[in-house]
Amino acid sequence: MSAVLAAVLQVLLLVLLLALVVPLLGRYLAHLFTAPTHLRFERATYRLLRVDPDADQHWRSYAFSVLGFSLVSVLFLFVFGRVQQWLPLDIGMSALPADGAWNTAVSFATNTNWQWYSGEAAIGHLMQMAGLAVQNFVSAGVGLAVAAAFARGLARTSAGGRVGNFWSDLVRVVLRLLLPASFVAALVLVALGVVQNLSGPRGVTTLDGGTQQVTGGPVASQEAIKEIGTNGGGFYNANSSHPFENPTALSNLLEIFLLLVIPFAMAWAFGVIVRDRRQGGAVMAVMGSLWLVSVGLLTWAELAGHGTAPSLAGAAMEGKETRFGEAASALFAASTTATSTGSVNAMHDSLTAPGGGVAIVNMLLGEVAPGGVGAGLYGMLMLAVVTVFLAGLMVGRTPEYLGHKIGQREIVVVALYILTMPVLVLAGVAIGLTAPAGLAGLQESGSHGLSEALYAVASASNNNGSAFAGLATGTPFWNTLLGLCMLLGRFVPIVLVLALAGRFAAQHRVPVGAGTLPTHRPLFVILLSGVTVIVVGLTFVPVLALGPIAESLS
Amino acid sequence: MTELFALLRHSLAGLRVLLAATVVCGIAYPLAVTGIAQGVLPWRAEGSLVTAAGAHTTDPGAAVGSVLLGQRSSDAGFFVPRPSAAGDDGYDPLSTSGSNLGPESSELVADIRARRAEVAEREGVRPDQVPADAVTASASGLDPDISPAYAALQVPRVARAAGLPTAQVAALVTEHTDGRSLGVLGSGHVNVLLLNLAVREAAGG
Repeated sequence: MSAVLAAVLQVLLLVLLLALVVPLLGRYLAHLFTAPTHLRFERATYRLLRVDPDADQHWRSYAFSVLGFSLVSVLFLFVFGRVQQWLPLDIGMSALPADGAWNTAVSFATNTNWQWYSGEAAIGHLMQMAGLAVQNFVSAGVGLAVAAAFARGLARTSAGGRVGNFWSDLVRVVLRLLLPASFVAALVLVALGVVQNLSGPRGVTTLDGGTQQVTGGPVASQEAIKEIGTNGGGFYNANSSHPFENPTALSNLLEIFLLLVIPFAMAWAFGVIVRDRRQGGAVMAVMGSLWLVSVGLLTWAELAGHGTAPSLAGAAMEGKETRFGEAASALFAASTTATSTGSVNAMHDSLTAPGGGVAIVNMLLGEVAPGGVGAGLYGMLMLAVVTVFLAGLMVGRTPEYLGHKIGQREIVVVALYILTMPVLVLAGVAIGLTAPAGLAGLQESGSHGLSEALYAVASASNNNGSAFAGLATGTPFWNTLLGLCMLLGRFVPIVLVLALAGRFAAQHRVPVGAGTLPTHRPLFVILLSGVTVIVVGLTFVPVLALGPIAESLS
Repeated sequence: MTELFALLRHSLAGLRVLLAATVVCGIAYPLAVTGIAQGVLPWRAEGSLVTAAGAHTTDPGAAVGSVLLGQRSSDAGFFVPRPSAAGDDGYDPLSTSGSNLGPESSELVADIRARRAEVAEREGVRPDQVPADAVTASASGLDPDISPAYAALQVPRVARAAGLPTAQVAALVTEHTDGRSLGVLGSGHVNVLLLNLAVREAAGG
């Protein structure tokens, strides 16, 4: 079978798996976020923790819960990183430096999982499992909760700005979905070869008489939630290219499936929550087509192998594993950057110039196709509001979305949301490339050097976490800058999303009229796709032209 | 002021929830997975180690390596794995990494040229016969596999050094070649450690 045909068929297989699971999971998610009753063990948990799971929170209160929870998460993880050497299972690791502990704490609490460190050289097992992996669960839960609050805001009218209960959203999604799903996925991964033990490195005498340190760790349990929660932080430095994290082409497909399934299912859940499945279908169609386009482009780029080094080698195999080859690496790269995952099974810095460009653009789209767990849905819905607004301007009608008027106040909130990420990215790159301490980290000069810095800041600001890892970022400068990008890139949008949800939930319903733009038809799907691409295009074309585009043409 | 107080109140609730999550997701969950994995799939959970005879083991002291991890092999009677950027000498699991060199990197171009010349000389072939995986470093630096083409290239040299008929070594390569999973996933590959163990066995230890 030709490599191209196999590449197409592997995508078809993945799409088929997603098509089977997404509707079921979507319905289940909608149930989690709307069912009024709690399970018995959940009620016991709420009593023990003294939180009220039944208060229908005003959006401000909901936002305080999100921020308060994330604040203690950052502090807890920071302290964990500073004292890990005194804890059990430290396997000889020392304390993280203050700037590194800050960066890692923010990174995992914001669902980014940017890693300045090398897992096997810096993090003990207890910090991995009880620090970092815990945030893999709960930061994913936070994203899903905020998306659920936004969907409920859109589903409600005259509700006084109330959008639901953060604690019950968080607890339900962790206990009823992420934990059981991770448990099953972890055991499947072990069966395929992922390690799961509590040992440190152990020496074996190799075939030629040398010694090789075989590393251990609770890897499978972390690998599972790392993909399911679109987190992406590798147990080891090599992330999902490490044979102990991703041993076979089958585990590779499973991991790609896991990182895509909840983001797509959330679009379905959205349709159920707003009681009009066609709305969820339209959002999913936009997500799916943009994802497919990026998969196609990246696969083409890697299989074609243009560029000086790939041409000289005969194929773009630098930074790729033999068992995956170009196509399975491209599929992973497109999917990990189109979601907010950021795990990698190939080194993105060594992707071909157009391939690396697609990965960057995927992140700069705001990771909405399909995006991170929860974050992808609310990001896409923000763009849907922009689309409705633009369409309203074109025909001179008051724009409305799902029975909600998009007035001046609403569009100001949306505009702030849309502007946050580009400001962080462009200002961040500018700072990184003017400060000597920033420039010092670049591995390469010229357009590829710019791409390295752009990739890092885009990855941090969009909470992705993958890297052009040639950039040496484990310095106080980059750790601080990227930490700020991650923090602001996560919580400024979340507060704006919740504010809009609250406004929608406070409005009276606008009846559907002759001037209402139907938001479930193919026309809207095309408009929304166009807005998604154009909003990015206009903002980032200059920097993309100087980076990946210039490199592709050189 | 009221905002600060509200944030504090929500943070305290958040702390209680976080501590509970740490116990459930951070301790109970990984330990449960570890317990089951160790009970049901101990060989996999311990890193897929093999002995010199090719038998599965969970004892690092008895193992020559993990079938999932590539390792350096300098002996002429063995198949050579891909270039590795993991650690100074390559294949160091304590320093996993690719080279991270970009497609236009002059350093990478020089590396590829040097590797191509080296492999061509070692195997006694023309430089243009050397496949891509032989001149490029993998993503992890621990790639356990090489392409079937790179394995085929090494057959004459290994057969000579091991004192085996070329056809027999070629047959061992075929035996250890895996195609794409399910016919479409990933890429064809040959596990270097298992192949080398088979060569050694065929050569009489």
